[in-house]
Amino acid sequence: MGQGSAKGNLNRLARTFGKRYIILTGNGFGSILYQYRHTIREASNLMLILTGRVLLLFCAGLLLLLPEAGAASSDRFAGARREMVRAIEADVLRTASHISKKSLAPRVMEVMGRVERHRFVPPAAETWAYANRPLPIGHGQTISQPYIVALMTDLADIRPGGKVLEIGTGSGYQAAVLAAMGAEVFTIEIIAPLAEEASRRLADLGYEQVHTRRGDGYYGWEEEAPFDAIVVTAAAGHIPPPLLRQLKPGGTMVIPVGGRFMVQHLVLVNKDSSGGLTTRQVLPVRFVPLTGGH
Amino acid sequence: MDDTLSHSTKDYGPPRLTILLVSALAISYEILLMRLFSIVQFHHFAYMVISLSLLGYGASGTFLVFCRQPLLRRFPAALIGSTFFLGITVVACFAGGQHLLFNPDQLLWDNRQWLKLFALYLLLALPFFCAANCIALSFSRYREKISEIYGADLFGAGLGSILVIGLLFLLFPDRVLLFLGATGVAIGGAAWLELRLQPRWPALLFVGAAGLFFMLPPAWTVLAISPYKPLSQQLRIEGSRIVEVQSSPLGMLTVVESNEVPLRHAPGLSLAAAAVLPEQLGVFTDGGAMSVISRFPHETNGLAYLDMVPEALPYHLGRPEEVLVLGAGGGVAILQALSFESPQITAVELNPRMIQLVRDRPQFSGQLFDRENVRVHQGEARSFVARSSKKFDLIQLPSAVSAGGSVAGLHALSENYLYTVEAFREYFDHLSPGGYLSVGSWVRVPPRDSLKLLATAAMALTAKGVQNAGDHLVMIRNWQSGLLLVGREPFSTADILLVQDFCRKRLFDLAYYPGMKREEANRFHLLPQPYYYDATLSLLGPEAEDFAARYKFNIRPNTDDRPYFSNYFKWQTLPEILKLKDQGGLALLESGYLVLVLTLFQAVLAGLVLVFLPVAARLRSPDPATGWSRSRVAAYFFAIGLGFLFLEIAFIQKFILYLGHPLYAAAAVLALFLVFAGLGSRYAQAGGISIHHVVAAVIVIGIVDLAVVNLLFDVLARLNWFVRGFIAIAMLGPLAFSMGMPFPLALTAAGKAAPDLVPWAWGVNGCASVVGAVLATLLAVHFGFTAVVLAALGLYGFAAAAFPAAKSENREKGRQIGYSG
Repeated sequence: MGQGSAKGNLNRLARTFGKRYIILTGNGFGSILYQYRHTIREASNLMLILTGRVLLLFCAGLLLLLPEAGAASSDRFAGARREMVRAIEADVLRTASHISKKSLAPRVMEVMGRVERHRFVPPAAETWAYANRPLPIGHGQTISQPYIVALMTDLADIRPGGKVLEIGTGSGYQAAVLAAMGAEVFTIEIIAPLAEEASRRLADLGYEQVHTRRGDGYYGWEEEAPFDAIVVTAAAGHIPPPLLRQLKPGGTMVIPVGGRFMVQHLVLVNKDSSGGLTTRQVLPVRFVPLTGGH
Repeated sequence: MDDTLSHSTKDYGPPRLTILLVSALAISYEILLMRLFSIVQFHHFAYMVISLSLLGYGASGTFLVFCRQPLLRRFPAALIGSTFFLGITVVACFAGGQHLLFNPDQLLWDNRQWLKLFALYLLLALPFFCAANCIALSFSRYREKISEIYGADLFGAGLGSILVIGLLFLLFPDRVLLFLGATGVAIGGAAWLELRLQPRWPALLFVGAAGLFFMLPPAWTVLAISPYKPLSQQLRIEGSRIVEVQSSPLGMLTVVESNEVPLRHAPGLSLAAAAVLPEQLGVFTDGGAMSVISRFPHETNGLAYLDMVPEALPYHLGRPEEVLVLGAGGGVAILQALSFESPQITAVELNPRMIQLVRDRPQFSGQLFDRENVRVHQGEARSFVARSSKKFDLIQLPSAVSAGGSVAGLHALSENYLYTVEAFREYFDHLSPGGYLSVGSWVRVPPRDSLKLLATAAMALTAKGVQNAGDHLVMIRNWQSGLLLVGREPFSTADILLVQDFCRKRLFDLAYYPGMKREEANRFHLLPQPYYYDATLSLLGPEAEDFAARYKFNIRPNTDDRPYFSNYFKWQTLPEILKLKDQGGLALLESGYLVLVLTLFQAVLAGLVLVFLPVAARLRSPDPATGWSRSRVAAYFFAIGLGFLFLEIAFIQKFILYLGHPLYAAAAVLALFLVFAGLGSRYAQAGGISIHHVVAAVIVIGIVDLAVVNLLFDVLARLNWFVRGFIAIAMLGPLAFSMGMPFPLALTAAGKAAPDLVPWAWGVNGCASVVGAVLATLLAVHFGFTAVVLAALGLYGFAAAAFPAAKSENREKGRQIGYSG
């Protein structure tokens, strides 16, 4: 235990310093230093092993004396998370008229401020976990921009206790957000290593109401159907008819359309009480194709 | 050893063969890089990276201003060393470059990407730097034989541009890379022999070293396709595997089968569809957009899903007897026509390998391309239509961009002659009475391509003398794709009823039909406003021009002179989109055009540094009595550098349409240009040629050619290929021949005035070529290729004016003053 926390603390120190440099030197050099910091971290780990257990224990003892050591370390991103929520709120205000609301549901914002996004990105990308940008998570996949995640969650209109199906687990972040909204989430990922990783991660973080499965999302999750909402984060050539069938009357399906890094627009599929289907094309931003005119 | 090397070459002429081979290699490498980067990355960034790496030419000029003397003292070693490094860097720099894992998608967020991009420029500039060094060193070494060297350079480039196309048919691009690398090293041997170095046997060592390239571990040169490209994404799915790869200069086709998770490719499928899709094989072009080959069904209802897509509409308005499918691909449109029992189906496909892929699977595809009532032609669609004497009941044109390509203007820079006003007129001329032209499009928010298509069709109809173009148009859409249907005759009330019924059953939206009411629009797939309907009414009404001006994307129809269908960029929208960056607004950015502007900006900046560095540091001004000054040299060589590229690019484009193939025509015209310019350069050696006469010839022939292109090509394009080829040579040969002379004539003169200026002028010219290539496209986007030709002729005029007026007596006088002093 002592060793682990010593390493953790050293890493954390390195990270804090690294971050400070990033702030001081601006982005361009910051990124060089970031890589540099990585090398330093690896080198220091190697040194620790080489200098042996005695020195390690000594370091551990020394570091344990520092006030912010210990369990509180998981919340070192709390500030960053608050900052992210403020950024999303500002974005929503600016785009208000297009998504026909002044703000996203307060619950969505509360959840965005609670779910630890840095747990869902690769360690190398932790620094940017709360930046309003998409991040690569390996296997050619990405984790969406926080603003888009918030918007999709809001548009899916999640109620506590509701059932939500997600196609494309990815890192598991969207599923975690949906679960934190109080929904029971069923999520399917087709890429095996991603599915395993996300499943383990969600379990480790205690998201018990998220059920994961590896496989083909085309046929949905028949045993648990119908769903109040379906979120299709994996690219879809067309909307799978089985998914349309598994949507409850009054339910909503959300599909982002676009590339891996950039969502072009969102498509909402609504099923009315009589089973009739309509779609809505939602641009995440306020943008009217015509200028003023006469 | 250096001393013996330099002495032994004194009495021999310039190493023409070496220059020719180096030049051929450099142009082959440039074309190959475009291929390689289109596969591992995305096209428009490939364009930017390669354009800028060509600045290696400019850099060599600058380098030699500083290092000319020591290198010239060891000329053979410097020349052979350059070719040797050319070979090494050709392979090493690409292999290293692709492993930088540059990802353009992250440029706006991740600053490390800028460093990677910069590193990529530097890496890829190295081979061009080495190639340019060989040529520039020879210019300096043999100042009185500049015409010969330049001639060999151009001639080699002409040969290279043809040879690489052949190589790309025979070998996979990564093997071509090794071949070029090996050739580069082997050229060292050729140089050794050509410089008559003694002993001669070491020349063999280069050949031996070249052989080593083919022993490299394949993993070093295997293509590292971006993990974000559709092919990489597909291969991550378990049960997916590559079953065949076919490569040609038209693209690399990768056939993928997916055993566990079916591909289910049916874009535009109705929400009301319950039909099961047949088994499919995916065909990825350059690892990007996927098309499919479907298993031919045993029963006709296996194709029922093809009735649930927008493209089925024309089959519900009548039973087309003769169907023409432009762009057959894997044959889905043919299957659709078969499922509606069309008696005669003709299809055109550009890529012979694509046709072969389908034909090679007769069991799977049900001999789709060889059925009794199906005829598949290999060739370019537009020229096929132009030369066809048949009339068709239905002409089907696919969406202008593939599904993957619709994202952010990926093809904004590529010329496309299928979607211009002239092309649409051609299609109408080939419709039988009651026939339809059907054009697919993708739904983008806000709408772009569909509106441009509609405006194009309306303009073509009006040009054909149709009074009310709107009566001939119907547009429908769903959440994903749309269809524009253009009738040769106005749509009747009965037709409209059928259209309404078709859409209602499939939950498709009516975007426009003649007489449609606003409340009928926007029913199933809701937009904040019925944009399609409103826009269509405006585009068909008297305020069309005003509407297009106020629209935030460029939706004005394109013509053959400005064939950039996929460019929707408008400067006035840029600030607004940039402000929306944090909310995911960048997806609205038509980045293809911006990349072009960014490339130009970088090229100009880098060019200025490369050109002015020597001036600031040490470049001496020549004797004023010679008439040459540094600014004259810069102005002259920059102007002819730009002018040459402008004419070359503009005429390549003009002849693509005329010769009827985007690839062969481009390669043939490029080769024609370079070879004839090379001959011109050789001729310039004769002496006594006035630069003003040469420029006058360029301008006169240029104007005549332009007139023929714009006035007579419609008629001439119908002749057989032999006559067309002959006309092409007759038109471009003399032009290129004259264009080959201004460079060597002036370089020889400037070299006499001040030897320092020779490499510098070469550098200026190299930078101008890079800027010129980008600027030509940018000018064409805005003003058309005719304007590019006129600008080029103006530049040649300017160059002639910049050439010192000093007559031979003056020059003599100058010399005497020099000697006496």
